[in-house]
Amino acid sequence: MHKFAIEVSSLIKNFGRTKAVDNISFNVELGSITALLGGNGAGKTTIISMLMGLLVPTSGSIRILGNDIAKNRYSILPQVNFSSPYVDLPNRLTVEENLNVYANLYSIENVKNQICLLSETLNIKNLLKRKTGQLSAGQKTRVALAKALINDPQLLFLDEPTASLDPDTADWVRGYLKDYALDKGATILLASHHMGEVERLSDSVFMLQAGKIVDEGAPKTLIKKYGRSNMEEVFLDVARGRRSNV
Amino acid sequence: MSVRRINALVLRHYYLIKGSIPRILEMAYWPTVQMVIWGFVTQFFIGHSSWLANAAGVLIGAVLLWDLLFRSQIGFSMCFLEEMWSRNLGHLFVSPLRPQEFIISMMVVSCLRGFFGLLPSWILAFVFFEFSIFSYGLGIVAFFSCLMVMGWALGMMVIALVLRFGLGAESLAWVAIFAFAPISAVYYPVETLPSWLQVVAWCTPSAYVFEGMRSVLIDNIFRYDLLIGAIGVNVVYLFAGVVIFSWSFLGARKAGQLLQTGE
Repeated sequence: MHKFAIEVSSLIKNFGRTKAVDNISFNVELGSITALLGGNGAGKTTIISMLMGLLVPTSGSIRILGNDIAKNRYSILPQVNFSSPYVDLPNRLTVEENLNVYANLYSIENVKNQICLLSETLNIKNLLKRKTGQLSAGQKTRVALAKALINDPQLLFLDEPTASLDPDTADWVRGYLKDYALDKGATILLASHHMGEVERLSDSVFMLQAGKIVDEGAPKTLIKKYGRSNMEEVFLDVARGRRSNV
Repeated sequence: MSVRRINALVLRHYYLIKGSIPRILEMAYWPTVQMVIWGFVTQFFIGHSSWLANAAGVLIGAVLLWDLLFRSQIGFSMCFLEEMWSRNLGHLFVSPLRPQEFIISMMVVSCLRGFFGLLPSWILAFVFFEFSIFSYGLGIVAFFSCLMVMGWALGMMVIALVLRFGLGAESLAWVAIFAFAPISAVYYPVETLPSWLQVVAWCTPSAYVFEGMRSVLIDNIFRYDLLIGAIGVNVVYLFAGVVIFSWSFLGARKAGQLLQTGE
């Protein structure tokens, strides 16, 4: 039985002469919530793309749920899902139509039940008949989350999961994700600029800068290590090149 | 290979089209207009050409078959473009959907779009110009299939270019097929072309199909040799389409273009 949901070894990604990901290695424990933190261009989205199999690494290896993603991609994907504000659902389809399509792509057994359950849980029942393109940014975020959960994934990649949500809804979503991970034993890897979210949700954090992991640990450990009072200050320290007190 | 995943994508395009009156009208608009124009051209020339009088359906039949080829290619390409326009490729390829299932779903949607787009023009051709698509006999099914497959093969090459160059190459989806029009011998026999160009023409499945069409309508002969020629060249085109698309798709995965759709 594999211990880690994600195992990354010596991962490199070059785009021409640009080193987007520079020889990183890390593991994400099964059932944990882990955050990738870093400024713009640090490599967060590039790493997540490679973990999802959308982007081929220049070199290195990635194992997802015990399987090599380069060789066994299609045995992994039914257990994985993601949401990102940079990737849209078809705007001209209604929410229900979009969820129906994805439920069938993931070969969900009881499609109607699953859509009903998710729409009640994420409070999007009144949005089902509306065209996705007509929704507000916050509504789209909730719908994208519904799509990400359509197959009850064991591994969830979330890029800015509470982007554009009001504080009340964002707080609710964070609570829901934490409960989801606990109930299903699922693993969540998220990229976020919301430090409060990272502090609240994450069991561990990888701090990225210029494609490298510059520090890692539990939020409380990092806060203590940098002698700061919250993760935002730690993030600023890392972004500005100030290293820890230890 | 999963039929359910293929159906899911076909369903996606069904939802898209049924919810959009402009898309429904666009499918049938141009084939119908073309057919009406060429139908009246035919009627005019019937009075001035004994050759055309003997084979009144030649021009209308050519138009309808050319539109089938065009619709097949554009229908295939449009499925892919819709995903790029809606920035949905990332969602699709993180799902268990395989590239070959994606391709097959586009073929199915292209078939359905072609059929429903051309049906009004076929009906109007019969009503106004007394031309029936079935005047070719059941062999028409084989010729239709050859044109559809050629359209799919060209569609794969076009979307490979769009994947490689982004939506800046989108216009290729609309115009690429017209490069084949002069050498497909749509409205005239292949022998009308200069001899060096005839060699090029016989490298297109469409030239075999249109020559075969004229043979049926004018000489009442179904040319099996032309059908076999069309199938043989189509195998090469389809293989080339699959190879070029696969190469481009792998390149897109290496360059991160599945997430960076757009110009």
